[in-house]
Amino acid sequence: MSRRSILRIAAWPWLIASLAVLVIGFREAIFLTPADAAQGDIGRIFYYHVPSAMLSLVFPYVNFLASLAFLYWRRRDPLKALAADALALAAAEVAIVYTTVCLLTGMLWGRATWGIWWTWDYRLTAELLLWLLYVAYLAVRRYSATGQTQTIAAVLSIFAAIDVPINFMSIRWWRTQHPAPVFFGGPDSGMDKTMLPAFLWNFAGWALWGTFILIFRYVLERRRQAAEQEAALVAIEASLEISQ
Amino acid sequence: MSYFIHLLTHLRKDLRLEWRSRDSINGMLFFALLVVVVFGLAFDPTGFPSTTRQVTGAILWVALLFASITALNQSWTRELRNQVLEAQRMTPAPASALFLGKALANMVFVLVVEAVMAPIFIVFFNLHPLGDVWLLALILPLGTWALIVNGTFFAALGLRARSRELLLPLLLLPISLPALLAMVQATTGVLSGDLDPIQINSWIKGIAGYDIIFTTACILLFETVLNAE
Repeated sequence: MSRRSILRIAAWPWLIASLAVLVIGFREAIFLTPADAAQGDIGRIFYYHVPSAMLSLVFPYVNFLASLAFLYWRRRDPLKALAADALALAAAEVAIVYTTVCLLTGMLWGRATWGIWWTWDYRLTAELLLWLLYVAYLAVRRYSATGQTQTIAAVLSIFAAIDVPINFMSIRWWRTQHPAPVFFGGPDSGMDKTMLPAFLWNFAGWALWGTFILIFRYVLERRRQAAEQEAALVAIEASLEISQ
Repeated sequence: MSYFIHLLTHLRKDLRLEWRSRDSINGMLFFALLVVVVFGLAFDPTGFPSTTRQVTGAILWVALLFASITALNQSWTRELRNQVLEAQRMTPAPASALFLGKALANMVFVLVVEAVMAPIFIVFFNLHPLGDVWLLALILPLGTWALIVNGTFFAALGLRARSRELLLPLLLLPISLPALLAMVQATTGVLSGDLDPIQINSWIKGIAGYDIIFTTACILLFETVLNAE
């Protein structure tokens, strides 16, 4: 069976599974888990904010690795390079979605808890920077002339990837307004057992959904590339016929 | 050793080009001066000494950032005339020497602009710094290098792009945000005397770390950018 048909068969179950997991996660997070002792119901936004924040640091690395692969294959194997570029583009778009969700839910939480929408805390700034960098990444893909777009974007992606570890470490290095890390944050971190299922269902659901969108967008971009190559081939053949 | 000679040759060429035309420096100087005058008009700095100290650092860096963007857009364009850039791509000299030479030349231009702007700032904004002024001798070059090294790189990146003038600020502003934050905080700390030396020290270390990371990234990636087809 070809890879394309496997993807096509897997797509629907995958989408349905991720939606089902998201529904379970929603039920757990909103109805079943007891309200946070310190924050009350506003604490429930945590189940959406933290998974999207964690995923917003994962997809940039998909983009980064795909961009490295593109730069490696650019001269050696142009067809593989095209595939890597499509993956990089798809990952960048998914990364923007998660960063946006993370920033928006974080702002809602901040408004309710701190009384302000935004503060120039290190973590918030690093996340906003990540968002800006990926918007710039997509802008580069639109503004540069065809043929150099992919290389320029791949180089920019390496610069954007430098921000990701800084973003991850920002709440560990600098203790400022953003709450301390919940996971991998030292002896006092972690969450209550009653909250864990809601978090894990939501994390799994959003990860499944993001991977689905990533692959969907990748296949779409591959089709666009194929259509572009087809058009180029037709143009070359037409020009050959004229000259004969 | 030969790398150093290549670097020096590129640097000398860029300095000579600028010396003969003086396009970049004059443009930057006038632009930075205009920004300072506009900010001076927008709020009356002489009336509020403590507010002035708190915002001058930011105004200084914004003026320098905008001014360097105008110059950086030009810096590679002169290589495009008569296919000079194509010739440079064919030379056996390492590509990163070309980049470093260009970046150092731009650095010299911006430092000249800073040297001229500093007294103007003191006069227009009626400045009496309260902290250790000698620290500025560390902050200014480190911060300028942070802007210039990325600016030179992204100007080369956007060289063959459709809307080059628009692309450079779109790329440079987000990338230089962390450096800009550290520069503004450190400068404001020195001018207002509010930050204690340990904090200023950590901001300066932040700029130095940023410089090291991004200079390395630019040097490693420049060859890819130069030969982007």
